[in-house]
Amino acid sequence: MRPVLYVFSFLAVLALGFWAYRENYATQAAQREVEALQDEIAGIRESLTIQRAEWAYLNRPDRLRDLATINFDRLGLLPMQPSQFGTAEQVAFPPPPVNNVVLGLTIEQPQSISGTLATEGAQTP
Amino acid sequence: MTRVPLRPLARILDARAKGENPDAIERENLRLRHEQIRDKSRGRAQARLVFLALCFFSAFSTIGARMGTLAASEPVEPRTASNGAEIEASRADILDRNGRILATNMLTHALYVQTRDLVDPARVAHELSVIFPELNEADLLRRFTDGRSFLWVRKVLSPEQMQQVHEIGDPGLFFGPREMRLYPNGTLAAHVLGGTSFGAEGVDSAEVIGMAGIEKFEDNRLRDPAQAGTPLVTSLDVTVQAAVEEVLRAGTIMMNAKGGAAILMDVKTGEIVSLAAYPTFDPNDRPANPTSGDPSDSPLFNRAVQGIYELGSTFKIFAASQAIDLGLVTPETLVDANAPMRYGKFLIKEFENHNYGPLLSVADVIAKSSNVGTAHIAMMIGGERQQAFLKSLGLFDASPVELVEAKWAKPLRPERWPEIVTITAAYGHGVSGSPLNLATAYSTIANGGIKVTPTLLKRTEPMEGERVMKETTAHLAVAMMRRVVTEGTASLGDVPGYAVAGKTGTAEKTKKGGGYIRDKVVNTFACVFPANDPKYVLVVTLDEPVETTGPKPRRTAGWTAVPVAAEIIRRAAPLLGMRPQVEAATLDGLTAVKN
Repeated sequence: MRPVLYVFSFLAVLALGFWAYRENYATQAAQREVEALQDEIAGIRESLTIQRAEWAYLNRPDRLRDLATINFDRLGLLPMQPSQFGTAEQVAFPPPPVNNVVLGLTIEQPQSISGTLATEGAQTP
Repeated sequence: MTRVPLRPLARILDARAKGENPDAIERENLRLRHEQIRDKSRGRAQARLVFLALCFFSAFSTIGARMGTLAASEPVEPRTASNGAEIEASRADILDRNGRILATNMLTHALYVQTRDLVDPARVAHELSVIFPELNEADLLRRFTDGRSFLWVRKVLSPEQMQQVHEIGDPGLFFGPREMRLYPNGTLAAHVLGGTSFGAEGVDSAEVIGMAGIEKFEDNRLRDPAQAGTPLVTSLDVTVQAAVEEVLRAGTIMMNAKGGAAILMDVKTGEIVSLAAYPTFDPNDRPANPTSGDPSDSPLFNRAVQGIYELGSTFKIFAASQAIDLGLVTPETLVDANAPMRYGKFLIKEFENHNYGPLLSVADVIAKSSNVGTAHIAMMIGGERQQAFLKSLGLFDASPVELVEAKWAKPLRPERWPEIVTITAAYGHGVSGSPLNLATAYSTIANGGIKVTPTLLKRTEPMEGERVMKETTAHLAVAMMRRVVTEGTASLGDVPGYAVAGKTGTAEKTKKGGGYIRDKVVNTFACVFPANDPKYVLVVTLDEPVETTGPKPRRTAGWTAVPVAAEIIRRAAPLLGMRPQVEAATLDGLTAVKN
């Protein structure tokens, strides 16, 4: 009985040693990965800062003003004036949707309809 | 434990038989018993002492061993712990009220040289002087070879320059990482931001410290690593600030002025939405502080905060509103305005020796800007009450705004306050303050008489200050100022739809030795808009302006500061989201009384 016990405990020590060896290397690999990830995070965070700075730099009021001046032909942008405020009534709303019940139509399958929509104020048929 | 009897019968009988004293046996036994007890307790105490000594020894040796290992081991960053996003080493960003960046950081490199490792100092000096034209080749070579082992070449390199230095390929050239402060908007809000410089420098990093403005005032907050992730949100609005600076710059040049300042302030919260001064500078490349000449000629000089000027007639509204608040007058009361007025050896005159008298209503005193009328109102109030009122408006103390310059710019006032000072102070002569002091005082009036504290940090809750004057008085004061614009000295300041109410002020500059310089004036226009529900206060100050389109040069605020202020309102009010309003036909009973 005793020799069997010896052999088993020897094998157990071998197995445990192998397990510890593997765990050691797995831990080291995980640590290296964490380090690499942290480097990557720091790098990304740094480039994020630089891009935010660059965004702010490209959007500085001086440059936007110059760009608006250069592209005046296409954009026609001028500084905002008090007279540019309007009221909601001055905005053209889309015409009301055509009511099926009024027209007395029932649509059962896809239909193709073409034509122009009547503007506000005009009579709808 | 077996207890030994003190008087064993056998020995007692034996001793009696021998004729000895049996008590001696008892005493002997008692002595033995006491010795036994003493030995036992001594042993126990000794054991306790040894145990305690062991405890202390092991505790101290553990601490000692830990200290030893900490001192002897190499410092290593914790590799497995996740580094929190909330702790960052750099300086906190500064944002405007809408989250646009005013100041941020950028990683660059500094260049230094270890002369021991230099292979060919002459070639390195030559190549460096080619890359950086401001470096002198001979000077560099002398510094490389005069025996020092270490020297800084440049504090900040661009990535392209760094690559060029790499290509020199000398092992003696080293790069140290540097956090650099970047102001992406250039000169925008330069006087608020101030600028930074490097403090203590090391090879791996350098401190960035605030030099002026909010960067210096909030230096500890910005450098605090625990708060580096949370940006400092200011009350400025980049868009409005850009518009105000553009108009102020154009206005200062058009009016041939030496400089100008403009402050736009929210009257409900005390937030400064825009603070501009011209001439300005680039905080990315902050010029050195002037060492000679007048400091106010330097572009670093913040006229809005540091410029202590006599603010002239803009003070008249304080005398008028105090007299109304005390119940001495109403806007319709007629006061003596017969110019010139004689007080002792002093003669008080009106502008260009006009005479608006003999009698003028208080509202007309303000609209026509009558010195004599204001003098009579001030004499009704009296010096002590006048001083207390001006102090409660914050006109005697340095402004508490978050700029380091504000602490040093204390308003000037005479030590003694005889009645002649009461008279002159009422129309803004003999007392000086900064445009920011004036804007704060006007905000208090516009805020319905509740004291406003100016701030550059964003806040949302309205100001909770002490009440300086009655609400009705504040409304009457604004209505009187509205008349200045509609039919008084500031007629060029009327912006349709925004009901501007304000007061002009023209003060001659004082000479070093005393007395006034005739053709050097400071023009100020302080205004509130819209008059029916005041939301913003704008103060525009021009330093030595002169308007030359007419037959003779004009130096009154109505011709210089007022049109600039009107243009600022025209540009800034839409940006602040204010819709122009159709004005009510009459603001109050004032117009009716006039008619």
